[in-house]
Amino acid sequence: MPDSSAVAVGQSHGETHNPALLHHFATEQQQRDSASLGMWIFLGTEVMFFGGLFCAYLIYRLKYFGEFAAASQTLSWQLGMTNTIVLICSSLTVVLAIWAVQRGKRALLLSSLILTLIFGFAFLGIKSIEYAEKFEKHHVPGPSFQFANVPLPGHPGEMANPAHAQLYFSLYFIMTGLHALHMIIGIGIFAWLLYASWHGRFTTEYNTPLEIGGLYWHFVDIIWIYLFPLLYLIDLRK
Amino acid sequence: MSDHSSSEHSSSLGTYIAVWLALIAGTILTVVAAHINLGPFNAAVALTIATVKALLVALFFMHLRGASEKLLKLVVISTIFFLFILLALSMADYGTRVWS
Amino acid sequence: MATATAQPAGQTIERENYLNKHYGVGSWLLTTDHKRIALLYLISLTFFFFIGGFFALLIRLELLTPAGDLVQADTYNKLFTQHGMVMIFFFLIPSIPATLGNFLVPMMIGAKDLAFPRINLLSWYLYIIGGVLMLHCMLTGGVDTGWTFYVPFSTAYTNTKIIEAGLAAFVAGFSSILTGLNFIVTIHRMRAPGMTWSRLPLFIWAHYATSIIQILGTPVIAITIVLVAVERFLHLGIFDPKLGGDPLLFQHLFWFYSHPAVYIMILPSMGVVTEIIACFSRKRIFGYHFVAMSSIAIAVLGFLVWAHHMFVAGISLYAGLIFSFLTYFVAVPSAIKVFNWTATLYKGSITYEAPMLYAFGFIGLFTIGGLTGLFLACLGINVHVTDTYFVVAHFHYIMVGGALMGYLGGMHFWWPKISGKLYPEGWARLAALIVFIGFNLTFFPQFILGYVGMPRRYYAYPAEFQILNVLSTAGSTVLGIGYLLPMIYFLWSMRYGKPAPDNPWNAAGLEWKTASPPPTFNFDEEPVVTWEAYNYEQLDEHEQEVPVAG
Repeated sequence: MPDSSAVAVGQSHGETHNPALLHHFATEQQQRDSASLGMWIFLGTEVMFFGGLFCAYLIYRLKYFGEFAAASQTLSWQLGMTNTIVLICSSLTVVLAIWAVQRGKRALLLSSLILTLIFGFAFLGIKSIEYAEKFEKHHVPGPSFQFANVPLPGHPGEMANPAHAQLYFSLYFIMTGLHALHMIIGIGIFAWLLYASWHGRFTTEYNTPLEIGGLYWHFVDIIWIYLFPLLYLIDLRK
Repeated sequence: MSDHSSSEHSSSLGTYIAVWLALIAGTILTVVAAHINLGPFNAAVALTIATVKALLVALFFMHLRGASEKLLKLVVISTIFFLFILLALSMADYGTRVWS
Repeated sequence: MATATAQPAGQTIERENYLNKHYGVGSWLLTTDHKRIALLYLISLTFFFFIGGFFALLIRLELLTPAGDLVQADTYNKLFTQHGMVMIFFFLIPSIPATLGNFLVPMMIGAKDLAFPRINLLSWYLYIIGGVLMLHCMLTGGVDTGWTFYVPFSTAYTNTKIIEAGLAAFVAGFSSILTGLNFIVTIHRMRAPGMTWSRLPLFIWAHYATSIIQILGTPVIAITIVLVAVERFLHLGIFDPKLGGDPLLFQHLFWFYSHPAVYIMILPSMGVVTEIIACFSRKRIFGYHFVAMSSIAIAVLGFLVWAHHMFVAGISLYAGLIFSFLTYFVAVPSAIKVFNWTATLYKGSITYEAPMLYAFGFIGLFTIGGLTGLFLACLGINVHVTDTYFVVAHFHYIMVGGALMGYLGGMHFWWPKISGKLYPEGWARLAALIVFIGFNLTFFPQFILGYVGMPRRYYAYPAEFQILNVLSTAGSTVLGIGYLLPMIYFLWSMRYGKPAPDNPWNAAGLEWKTASPPPTFNFDEEPVVTWEAYNYEQLDEHEQEVPVAG
């Protein structure tokens, strides 16, 4: 987060020197543009971070397509879809919060932020239900992993190789786990943004931290937009 | 680039709601498409829809569309380019190698 | 540091600058001044450099005799692993960007600081956390996989401290990402009025290109380390062929970062050398735009060639052909740089101050390193020399002969600006000469050793290789002295050196227009740039008309 804690020492009414303007910037515009560029570049590093996982996923999915489909179909696409919609709604409330702060609508700003947090927790709650189910079914990779006698979709006679299904579940847990970690960090950021908004730190002129935090939140949403079809919807046609 | 001047980057409330509805529709469409037998095109359709959704989020929610300069777009495009390099050149090996 | 010691009589009282504005440990450890952070980096990097150098000397001592007599085989494995890890992650990758880059990037573009000063400090702390983890790891058992962590040895077999070493690299990687992010935003957003892209010093262009690699490459090694850790803890089979995984996937991901990482080391060094050559031949850099664009081209092409580290690892022949072909392309921008430096020297008024000696050393050694890289890019020769001392010599010519020569050259060139003191020129020239001779004596024999078949990473070798190994060990001792000397006289100069004028080299560039050492916010008034970079012809004409004082 480019210096989100550095901002907002007090409320500014813009006329003289904005206390939120750090000494080494010439103008507020320059400071705002720097923060947003910094966040976009940071998101670029995040893309490459997940990119290594997508690369591994691509290679193993092409190689073990049958096992990936069989393992994927033990997930509930209904829960996955619900979570996708939850995240999309949270993205809407994030843009609403920014829209509200730019127009000085305090009530809408606070309620949007609270809704964002609720959606965030809802996502994690649903995710933990899914994880719990994986534990019960012994689908968590490791010593107690079991995936015996599961037929390959479309090939009723052939059984899935448990080792290859374990590769799917390994990637599933690493990808969704890292995504959930990003969600937790995002919730932390938005809790702070809610706190700061509550104390009136953001104004119609100065709301960079909300924008920057919003960029991060939307990015985490985009990652999920890809994870959902890649992990939940493999070869569902019968 | 049409509706608002580039300095004030927020779109209208109506746009946000429309994008939100489009994203939900896209999610449902993905699920429906996954249940239809399209042969090898299932994955392609799913990824296309996901990319459209991601673009909607980036362009409207992250305000990439109204960004005052091309720099942010350059950041996005070059990141995707390097991700593509990683995937494509890895596949240059995996696509032509016999391994078991 | 430069405490205000008793000035020679007749001197005015020291101006307020970034070194004497605040005192005390807290004013350093909590500073957000890019110049102070650069010095924090300088001190910590030097520490790790001597740790890495200590391992190198032990390796060379063991190889003095054919038998494995000084250390045991396991210990030897740890020595070269830790030499590599410390030197790469904790010295070479941060070396120029984190010290000279941190110090100079804002000043060269006329900014008061980097865009995110707190993140800059955070990145130093991350570096220190990574460094402490690495030290702890080495003191409590160490690692023996080689710095490359190749699976399945690192995930399934070795009993050494993979996780901790991996974590150290992971944390240091984040430090590197944050530095790169800071530089890119700073270069885009903080340039002084009139400092257009085509007026930027080429040092800035080199750092811009370096930052691209840092922010796009480093995350991939981070996720690779995560996968190795998961695989080692849980043995899921991601890299295990028995369970359907592919060890080569690790190598692909690893080299996707670690090959461009070489350009993180060499590009800033090229930037330094460009500045030095322009200054000491008193000429504008020949082909400015080509040199600038070749930095970007190296950064981009660097991402397209990684699998040339894997030619004999079992990638498909077709992929080998593609990567071999692409690798040759990296030679084009590198050659553009070397030719343009040479063309800049042509008919220049060349003087031979210590920084220039290092720059000459850089050009020669980098050219040798680069050309032997072309041998290695060739599939046929690669099979012959893979994992021999030929490879070791090749990459040391790039990393030590290239990157480190540039680092030392830059340290000498900007030392008056950093410390406000002049270093002893005679000693510095002697040290440059010793480094050059010591370096070649150490590593040139290794080309021959590798070519005649001595494999790397063994602690014993057949007796007929001994003469060349003795030469190499002797050279490493000379090299060690060459590195100790600058440290001694730099420290000496901080107390006893003559005060440096603001622009001791009469060099172009904004950093020379402010005081030595600079004030906390770099410039007393915001500079406005109305001239092109490297306007040495103009500078020298001006000097002939009006003799400058001081």
